[in-house]
Amino acid sequence: MIEISKPGLHDTVQDLGRHGYQTFGVIAGGAMDPYAHRIANLLVGNEETEATLEMTLVGPRLLFKEDGLIAICGGDLTPTMEGLPVPMWRPVFIRKGSELRFGATKEGCRAYLAVAGGLDVPIVLGSRSTYVKAGLGGLDGRALIKGDVVQVMSASGLAEVMKKRLSSDASFRAADWQIAQKFLPTLSNHYEIRVMRGRQYALFDEASRHRFWNEPFTVSSQSDRMGYRINGPALHLEEAEEMISEAVTYGSIQVPADGNPIILAADRQTTGGYPKIGQLSSIDFTKLAQAKAGDQLLFKEVTIEESHRLFTKQEMNLKVLLAAIRNRFS
Amino acid sequence: MKFTLSPLGDQAIVIEVGKKIDISSERKVKAIVSRLEAGSPSWMIEYIPAYTTVTLIYALQEFSKEDSPYGAVCERIRELLKDVKEAKAVQQKIVNIPVVYGGEYGPDLDFVAQQNGLTVDEVIEIHTSGDYTVYMIGFAPGFPFIGGMSERIAAPRRKTPRLKIPARSVGIAGMQTGVYPIETPGGWQLIGRTPLELFLPTEDPPSLLAAGNKIKFYKITSEEYEGLRGGAD
Repeated sequence: MIEISKPGLHDTVQDLGRHGYQTFGVIAGGAMDPYAHRIANLLVGNEETEATLEMTLVGPRLLFKEDGLIAICGGDLTPTMEGLPVPMWRPVFIRKGSELRFGATKEGCRAYLAVAGGLDVPIVLGSRSTYVKAGLGGLDGRALIKGDVVQVMSASGLAEVMKKRLSSDASFRAADWQIAQKFLPTLSNHYEIRVMRGRQYALFDEASRHRFWNEPFTVSSQSDRMGYRINGPALHLEEAEEMISEAVTYGSIQVPADGNPIILAADRQTTGGYPKIGQLSSIDFTKLAQAKAGDQLLFKEVTIEESHRLFTKQEMNLKVLLAAIRNRFS
Repeated sequence: MKFTLSPLGDQAIVIEVGKKIDISSERKVKAIVSRLEAGSPSWMIEYIPAYTTVTLIYALQEFSKEDSPYGAVCERIRELLKDVKEAKAVQQKIVNIPVVYGGEYGPDLDFVAQQNGLTVDEVIEIHTSGDYTVYMIGFAPGFPFIGGMSERIAAPRRKTPRLKIPARSVGIAGMQTGVYPIETPGGWQLIGRTPLELFLPTEDPPSLLAAGNKIKFYKITSEEYEGLRGGAD
């Protein structure tokens, strides 16, 4: 059981999304940075589909009402306990009655807190993810506020072993190892993002297509879980064309008539009527999720074949990682 | 049936049946949806039908052993949609939607009337006598894209969108009419409100309407509206 003693900027419960209802206009949602979310779960012995807490730019203060095993992954929102930094990307034992404090971001934008067992909120339409606009999922369909109490489900056998090994009289105790460097994302203020050509790529004029791949775009402050507005060279169609609405997805780069692209993210609508110049490679959702207002994005073209290769390689790495974690504790 | 396949990112694929919104595209989309439902292959996560396309979201993990996962997905879809035929005209479910027009429920009704040189009653008469079809559900949970509104009551979107449109508002934008299931910002001209919930989060399916449904709007009084809401507001 965890109590929110002070909320952050936007703390929501998220899992890997709500699937099967987009045909009824219900958005998929889920963790903005599925990579960080999945690793956080693996580190506390959870299935990767369990719900975690997604925190944005400024994190909350959390009071643990019982002993717990946690892992924090993603952006560095400067977690501390009793003034001491709490290491990320590894399991950490938390003693009952301790308060975990997050601050403002040092690097990245979103952090994920996984707790052994997973956060226990009702499953709505197959998912625990919070979709604030429709008041769906999570805790009462909204971001967390002061005084909220989030329940935690029973930890797995693996997690119990970890917990016992790290158990301590101190308020917290982190494992003396973290996941290998090669699994960690590189956080900075500029990201190279791999992008495939969008469905309407060929309709853009040549100058726009050239600038899209060669000039940087800046993430605007009008960016949230639904989409990122980015500023850079204006992009235009060869000929103005009224498009027929069709499905969009996480990573669709839409360009409205004003020429400023919008990258759709986790809480995107299900369909859209603007031309799509590009589509993010799903391996780089993690970079987008960690980019914040003012950060620069440079798009690098990849083919769908290359994108699939990168994805498959990452899935294999995650399997290796899971096996390594199990080894540490068995 | 002819269709083209093209990727939407690396985990979705668009099946496109035409370039125009017409009855033939509608029937082809319907036929593809029926086939996907019936086949329900394990590698399909879900699908999103629209006017001229059905987008299928696939589980990329299931194709990780293939030399070309995209090629394999295309092959499976062609196999699944082999000899699929344009759906015949079938009797569609008709959903009756009560609407209280004007006043606080539809603050832009007067504007729509003025814009078209009609009286308010004429606008209501035309809106309730239309033969409407739901083309797709999208944009927001349960939000129907409805075709079939008379040009005589068309009206441009508001220059400045409202920050909050009350849930269940009935609006007009250009040649379209629609109902906002949940409170959202929006630029449509609001002509009324229905007491019916279009988004049903605790039910399966979670939407009152589905693509292909026919819709009839009918006029009710504000007393009837309150009665039908049953104090839910």
